[in-house]
Amino acid sequence: MDHLRFNLNGTWVTERAVPPTTTLLRYLRDVKGLPGTKEGCAEGDCGACTVAVAEAGADGKPRWRAVNSCLLLLPMVQGKHVVTVEALRAPDGAWHPAQEALARALGSQCGYCTPGVVMSMFEATYREDLDQPWKLDDQLCGNLCRCTGYRPIRDAAQKIAGACPKDRFTACAPESMELHYQAGGQRFVTPVTFDALFDELERHPDARFVVGGTDLSLEITKRFVAPPKLVSLEGLAPLRVLEESAAGFRIGAGVPISELEAWSERRLPSLHRMVRYFGARQIKHRGTVGGNLCTASPIGDLAPALMSLGASAVLRGRAGERTVALEDFFVGYRKTALSPGELLAAVLVPRVPDSARAVSYKVSKRRELDISSVSAGLYVEVDAKGVVTLARLAFGGMAATPKRASAAEAALVGQPWTEASIERAAQALSKDFTPLSDHRGSKEYRALVAANLLRGFFDETKDVKQPRLAPGHAATVQAGAEVRGA
Amino acid sequence: MLKPSVGSQSGAQAPGSGPVTPLHQPLLHESGLKHTSGEARYVDDLPAPHGMLVAQVVSSPHAHARLRGLDTRKARAVPGVHAVLTAADIPGENNCGPVVHDEEVLAKDTVHFLGQAVALVVGDSYEACRAGVAAVQADYEVLPAIVTLDDALAKGSWLSDEHKLERGDVAAALASADVRLSGEFRTGGQDHFYLETQCTLAIPVEDRSLELFSSTQHPSEVQTLVAHLLGWHRNQVNVTVPRMGGGFGGKETQAAPYACLASLAAVKTGRPVKVWLNRDQDMMWTGKRHPFLTRYEAGFMKDGSLVGLKAELFSDGGFSTDLSRAILDRALFHIDNGYFLPAVRVTGRVAKTNLPSNTAFRGFGGPQGMAVIEHVLTRASEVLGVDPVALRRKNFYGAAPRNVTPFRQEVKDNRLPRIFDELEHTSDYRKRLAEVDAFNASSRWNKRGLAMTPVKFGISFTTSFLNQAGALAVLYADGSLQLNHGGTEMGQGLHTKMLAIAAHELGLSPQAIRVMATATDKVPNTSATAASSGADLNGQAVKQACETLRERLRPVAARLLGVPAANAKELLFAGGRVFLPSRPELALPFEKVTGEAYLQQVPMSATGFYKTPDIHFDKATGRGKPFHYFAYGAAVSEVEVSGLTGEHRLRRVDILHDVGASLVPTIDKGQVEGAFIQGWGWLTIEELKTDEKGFLRTHSPDTYKIPAFGDAPVDFRVALLTNAAQDDVIHGSKAVGEPPFMLALSAVAALRHAVAAFGPKGREVQLAIPCTPEAVLFAVERQRAP
Repeated sequence: MDHLRFNLNGTWVTERAVPPTTTLLRYLRDVKGLPGTKEGCAEGDCGACTVAVAEAGADGKPRWRAVNSCLLLLPMVQGKHVVTVEALRAPDGAWHPAQEALARALGSQCGYCTPGVVMSMFEATYREDLDQPWKLDDQLCGNLCRCTGYRPIRDAAQKIAGACPKDRFTACAPESMELHYQAGGQRFVTPVTFDALFDELERHPDARFVVGGTDLSLEITKRFVAPPKLVSLEGLAPLRVLEESAAGFRIGAGVPISELEAWSERRLPSLHRMVRYFGARQIKHRGTVGGNLCTASPIGDLAPALMSLGASAVLRGRAGERTVALEDFFVGYRKTALSPGELLAAVLVPRVPDSARAVSYKVSKRRELDISSVSAGLYVEVDAKGVVTLARLAFGGMAATPKRASAAEAALVGQPWTEASIERAAQALSKDFTPLSDHRGSKEYRALVAANLLRGFFDETKDVKQPRLAPGHAATVQAGAEVRGA
Repeated sequence: MLKPSVGSQSGAQAPGSGPVTPLHQPLLHESGLKHTSGEARYVDDLPAPHGMLVAQVVSSPHAHARLRGLDTRKARAVPGVHAVLTAADIPGENNCGPVVHDEEVLAKDTVHFLGQAVALVVGDSYEACRAGVAAVQADYEVLPAIVTLDDALAKGSWLSDEHKLERGDVAAALASADVRLSGEFRTGGQDHFYLETQCTLAIPVEDRSLELFSSTQHPSEVQTLVAHLLGWHRNQVNVTVPRMGGGFGGKETQAAPYACLASLAAVKTGRPVKVWLNRDQDMMWTGKRHPFLTRYEAGFMKDGSLVGLKAELFSDGGFSTDLSRAILDRALFHIDNGYFLPAVRVTGRVAKTNLPSNTAFRGFGGPQGMAVIEHVLTRASEVLGVDPVALRRKNFYGAAPRNVTPFRQEVKDNRLPRIFDELEHTSDYRKRLAEVDAFNASSRWNKRGLAMTPVKFGISFTTSFLNQAGALAVLYADGSLQLNHGGTEMGQGLHTKMLAIAAHELGLSPQAIRVMATATDKVPNTSATAASSGADLNGQAVKQACETLRERLRPVAARLLGVPAANAKELLFAGGRVFLPSRPELALPFEKVTGEAYLQQVPMSATGFYKTPDIHFDKATGRGKPFHYFAYGAAVSEVEVSGLTGEHRLRRVDILHDVGASLVPTIDKGQVEGAFIQGWGWLTIEELKTDEKGFLRTHSPDTYKIPAFGDAPVDFRVALLTNAAQDDVIHGSKAVGEPPFMLALSAVAALRHAVAAFGPKGREVQLAIPCTPEAVLFAVERQRAP
């Protein structure tokens, strides 16, 4: 399709002239005159711009997802349904349960964050998997409120979570995302086959990849620079696979973090712990495995978690696929092993054997929706005699790339799995890393926390080899018998 | 129209079964449903008037520099740019300093902070304006800059004289003490992070006048400063505030610079102009809570009695005076919190730095002062080994002569002893303290802490004449009412409270009343909606205006009911009806009375006015009665700290807070909860990091973290003090906006308690504020050190 077509508040809309780097937020407010959706930060950190988007899920069933409209470029809703706060009230004037619950709980004071809160609650209304309290935190942590202190918002959200009313929002039929769009001197293409993708890359080798846009859109909203040519990988179904075999798992690079979160909970508890505090729900819906890895940030939360699990990266070009160990994927500060014309297709993760202990940690100033000061994926295999046979200790925020701590690993392998050994490994970390100070943390704090994460890892895996986050946990590291007993 | 309903008793009861009033009832927020539907409009949401232009500020890249030249020719040539305005374009006074005239709207020859406006580019679109900004050529001669409070102190850079409160012989008292504690104590700045950034729309209208729509807590001051800027009279400028998406003090004075810029541009181009700051601009350019440094010496007896306190407070005012002196005063006024200081000498001074001008923020210096004494008392309990709750109780204000503040105001009706007793009981404090100790004995890496702290907060503007308010009630023949008052709605629920008062006085349901946008053409010469005073002051004015209307309707109703004039005073106005209690079956609908009043040519608009009686303060002597009364409260916080990462969590918070006889308890509870979490953010996460050039590195929520959903305590129990009606305040209520902010100091005391548990008994805790995970972990390390 050569024009934009999407469903906005129940009506199919066509656009032919809106530049493709226009964000959905600016489009709603400036073009459509729908000012209910607010700009609070233009970077996906406050949630005031939250709207709901429905697209076909892996099972073909459309699902509503709360997303940050400030980071969503208009072509990214091609073929999808978009609902804004203005459209929640029924034609007969009846309030949507999310609206009524929030107002009755006095969950709004100034009201500026409220449309976004309502839209996050809107998603919660139709979710069937809100079975644990932490999932409600996860659902709403992307909506900052400066007035209420959140208690009434929580009360309201609990009332409607998973209510799943059969209403007009349950009947929607998303269309294909395929798009070849040009407007205002900018180009945006969403291919749905690899052939079409590689054709586009040959014609436009200077085009940039985009999937969820949670990182790239910041160039537009913060630096006011619009990339002239974008190729979206969102329409490529093979990038969305989550496969499981006897050998291990294949995680498609286009898998959104929120899908990875649900999928990994039972299969890869260590990865799941990293994903839990990865970002807000809105970000997790748009951010992808591939996007997080290819950004090659020094922190890159998924990278240390996956490296510790022995993951490798599947790179795909026109000629076919090649596989590299994940630690070899990061070749320098924000540099990867991808060649021009190549993309990250998937990550392969071997199964975690019974002899292994594995946990991932993310330490940040604020628990939710923050960038790590230090992140870590910690993994050891211990044989029947209690000797460490393999150690993969990967850290983020400690060097120019996510990196394994080879000195600390060496200090462990061949040693008994004891507190004394872990202490020697903790001491060895100073040979592995010389962290920097920045506004997220001083180098002294980073060094101390990295060592303490090893200590906590030992303590936490005494009884359970891949412990999950307990309800009400005080910190990323759940050290102490009292927590494990909870 | 969307209207709040009474949560527990919707619908009016029949006359005769007792008057129905929404007052003291659990009302919903007056705009709550409108917030959830997106219908609620903020300034940036208003439909663009025909021909509207937008603007972008050209800001200084240096913290301190001489502006040698400013070439705007290229910028004016950028397509879509309509005007580039500089100081030379200002026809009137180039000032937006609210108290002292030391703040230029557009810098003329010197810039005093990084981000100061030197020019304004006005254009068709933000893109055009940004291109225009890039094309402005400014020539700066960089001057030495002071970008830290410590540097300002070292260089003697000041914005005020020394302010002082003094009583007794402090030196002698300290000399007599068993133990003396001295030290330095710091609290940091805090960005308001109102979700709606600064915004004003200025529309030129006929008669050489302006209509402004502004997100401001102080429309009258915006009106005044705009008039001065243009060399106009105030009657040429009308300012309307539809509502604010949060204020917290950040829009008391600091909406004005951007309102002035929008006004200047509107007058110069003859077209409507909107000035809106994006988040990064707002955070970089506007002032914040004042960071404070305090040097203190305190003397205690072994039993924990405080005998003397000497303290020197220094605040970072930023580059201009703004409200810094009054904020410093309030810090001094609250150095006592709820404690009697037998001998005291406390001084304060505002430092001048090359940073944005720091300003009002919920508590207005009170938190910074109160944090000092709470810090001192917590230290004392650690050092003396005295139970911290007992130590606080021992030092509370008491019977004469222990009932007089350092500024000689008598503390009447001190509710802290009662609140402490009740809260200690309802929060299970003693039992939980034992549980915390048991947990700490068995847990190696995580420790818990529990603490109870009080708040006593003085209510009134300390600049006495500001304590005035007006209202205008407009009644139509059909019985519907438009209510105007001088206060602004920023989410705090002021309009809901005013609605309840008006409904009560006229016996109407809230559905019959519309609270109008605050506007300078309805109520003139208003004070800022600030100092927690909005309901106290405006509520009295609303009550008076509505009483006037009711009393004018009374004889009309009496005639209609055939009630002798002598008995007219017995008529009740309730439930939308007017009736004699003895003959409820003859009740008249309210609209019948107003319809008849119109026919009888009865005037149906009325004003109300209120000024707080009997308050005064003499700055020269540091003595007086600056406050009409005090608000009280206390909180118990329980935290858990990780000794591995320094991360921590609020496990449970219990609050008992005194709002008198609450006007609207649902609103007040929301204020208490929200204030607590905002205070907790200030004390534990929010951290402004400015580099050596004066550039704020934490200028967006990416790096500046306010509390998020999961930071709220797992278990949050807030109760309002019962049987607590306050004399001589509107319907027995008390102000609520600011006081509960300081309840969060209990969390700091609890964190110290937890940190202490990592080390040997008696080792003093050294914990910096904000208590970020990093600060906490280093404090834990000091406890654990051999």
